[in-house]
Amino acid sequence: MSFADIQQQARRTWERFQSGETPRVLVGAATCGRAAGAMDVIRAFREAQAADPILASVEIQEVGCLGMCYAEPLVEIRGPAGDRVLYESVTPAMVPDLVQEHLRQGRPISRNALCRMPDGQQGELQDEIPLFTDLPMIHHQLRVVVRNCGFIDPTDIDHYIARGGYSGITRAMDMGPDAVIEDVKLSGLRGRGGAGFPTGLKWSFARKAQGDVKYVICNADEGDPGAFMDRSVLEGDPHAVLEGLLIAGYAVGANHGYVYCRAEYPLALERLRTAIDQMRDKGFLGENVLGSDFAFDVTIKMGAGAFVCGEETSLMQSIEGKRGMPRSRPPFPANAGLFGKPTNINNVETLAAVSAILEKGGAWYAAIGTEKSKGTKTFSLAGKITRTGLIEVPMGISLRTIIEDIGGGVLDGKGFKAVQTGGPSGGCVPSNHYDLPVDYEHLAQVGSIMGSGGMIVIDEESCMVDVAKYFLGFTENESCGKCVPCRMGTQHLLRLLTGITEGRGAEDDLETIRKIGDTMKKASLCGLGQTAPNPALTTLNAFMDEYLAHIRDHKCPAGACKALISFTIDPEACTGCMACAKVCPVEAVSGIKKQPHAIDPQTCIRCGACRQACKFGAVRVE
Amino acid sequence: MTTTEDLTTSLRTILDKYDTSRDNLIPLLQEIQEHLDYLAPEAISMAAEHLDLSENDVYGVATFYAQFRFHPPGRHRIKICQGTACHVRGGGMVLDAISRKIGIVPGETTPDGNISLERVACFGSCALPPVMVVDDTVYGRMTPRKSEKLIEELE
Ligand SMILES: Cc1cc2nc3c(=O)[nH]c(=O)nc-3n(C[C@H](O)[C@H](O)[C@H](O)COP(=O)(O)O)c2cc1C
Ligand code: FES
Repeated sequence: MSFADIQQQARRTWERFQSGETPRVLVGAATCGRAAGAMDVIRAFREAQAADPILASVEIQEVGCLGMCYAEPLVEIRGPAGDRVLYESVTPAMVPDLVQEHLRQGRPISRNALCRMPDGQQGELQDEIPLFTDLPMIHHQLRVVVRNCGFIDPTDIDHYIARGGYSGITRAMDMGPDAVIEDVKLSGLRGRGGAGFPTGLKWSFARKAQGDVKYVICNADEGDPGAFMDRSVLEGDPHAVLEGLLIAGYAVGANHGYVYCRAEYPLALERLRTAIDQMRDKGFLGENVLGSDFAFDVTIKMGAGAFVCGEETSLMQSIEGKRGMPRSRPPFPANAGLFGKPTNINNVETLAAVSAILEKGGAWYAAIGTEKSKGTKTFSLAGKITRTGLIEVPMGISLRTIIEDIGGGVLDGKGFKAVQTGGPSGGCVPSNHYDLPVDYEHLAQVGSIMGSGGMIVIDEESCMVDVAKYFLGFTENESCGKCVPCRMGTQHLLRLLTGITEGRGAEDDLETIRKIGDTMKKASLCGLGQTAPNPALTTLNAFMDEYLAHIRDHKCPAGACKALISFTIDPEACTGCMACAKVCPVEAVSGIKKQPHAIDPQTCIRCGACRQACKFGAVRVE
Repeated sequence: MTTTEDLTTSLRTILDKYDTSRDNLIPLLQEIQEHLDYLAPEAISMAAEHLDLSENDVYGVATFYAQFRFHPPGRHRIKICQGTACHVRGGGMVLDAISRKIGIVPGETTPDGNISLERVACFGSCALPPVMVVDDTVYGRMTPRKSEKLIEELE
């Protein structure tokens, strides 16, 4: 079958899916949706359907993540009149009403309706429900990488094709490899795996490298805690990534691709397997891709739980069946990579952008973003932020717009203190940089990095020394131990930071931290050690007073470091609501209803549960 | 899995699916662990023999990766996320609560073999913190209390 025929068939499938003829229930069932209870909701819909013959034709489907994770489980209902409404925080208990009112009667329920979805019919009752694109969280976004996530059935290749999928590889094969690389260069795309290296340039190295066997690898390790962009794309639109890998293989002259995906992502792995089978069926993989003489195949390799395996040379060792330890470069993977052969490695998001770039042209992509940081970037918004989730925005957007407008500001109206970007190797951007444009250059200017795109919002109740200690705990644990600066450096930094949070710090320690940090940056073998001191160094620069309060006064100003704090209840503010007593895990709170409570300092384990539970700010921490 | 003979036969079936090149080592160990729940000593020696590697080499690789276990886990496996997003939203409180409730620290299994407890750095559900995984089900928006309830419902 020609690609034009494949497309035509796919469009028919998509039109059937989109048309209002069949009422549908679409449930966001990516990992985050499932964590919020999406599968129970699906079960409830199926039960309702089984009990009611009128609903026999209703199709209940799983889709990926729209990015509004804070409102999960999300359910889109396409009623009999073709109207489409997205409901938030859906529980099985709400299902009978939704079925009765919306699916059977065609009357959307405005309670719990988050928005109307694009392309739907505009029913009269819906005026009070905002449109998807008008939602504050969505309004500033620009979807390129996540263009299909949440809108298509990720297990149906036809959905992807009908929305422009695989026309990128078709166009690439018409252009020829050199022109493809030029187009990617023109797009200005820089690697989204952390370092931001220009993708077109990297491809040209691998293309020029000598060798009859070459490899391309998709890095889907995503070991950064707090980052879930790659997972969402793999679960919501696996073909976008696989098409990018196919294009990369074609451009550099590789006939074999690997996807290295972490084992902690079982659903992403399942979606990848399904997608690869479908590619084989359609003739997008095999000896003659799309009838050409280009041969390509893909193998999935599952990670085994080592953060350092996201580093490219470690990752290749791991695929080869060895300990995933990095090696020094040169030689670069482009010349001597997997099994000693020329290898090109790219991140998930990079590849998903590539398929869009080849579909629409490098110039189109280059028009988005800033001078040196082109295009869009996905971020996972997490931590103390109201609307947690996954977003995609044009480069250069301000931190303030991301946190205030898109993310809805700091959780519970608390004060914004800093945002941690770039995962464990990143840094903390303090509140005085709230208007910073977010791109590679500006983040670097303030001592942080883009990294893969994790954004953890930190509020006034979080201690920056504790945050630094937390990251060092992570990197110390994950250091592979091969090189001394990283192995010893992380241990020392962790010991010093732990000491400070426990009131055993000395002022000299700060200088030692700086010295060790500088040495690690210069002398470590791989990016893990080179960047591990960043959280300590950036917090030290921006939050010196907090470090000094721990060291000189043995106080934790944020009230987070257990060894330095105690909790009391302010009898004036306490209403005796018992909320704190209910959550206390060790029964340290005493008192009777409607009377002020008290905390027994001897029993108290300083977990902070009472403070979180108190709605009246009566729990004081010192 | 009752007798050594059964064990050998089932391991043989797994091994036979893989050719003898070294890059099969990790997938092979993963499939064995999927089947046995841990890497028994017999499994290590058979895998080494199959790939023509020393047992040392196989242990060297297996111990490098956090995924591999060398002792049988509990009947239920509780994993609690200590990733960044979960950390700042109280993941530590949930871990402490469970630890207190079942009387073991992360990395251990209760003496009756019922529950093992693990700390994990990020499941990628960072938008719904704190996250806890019971066997294969992911639970978001945990609190110490909710997590204790989940434990009580186990068996
Ligand atoms: C310790 C460490 C961990 C890394 N983890 C990842 C990862 O999980 N995913 C990823 O794509 N890149 C990761 N990288 C970056 C990769 O080494 C590599 O630069 C990237 O995959 C290249 O793809 P890109 O050019 O598309 O960004 C990591 C680097 C280091 C030093
Ligand atoms: S930090 Fe806990 S799921 Fe990511």
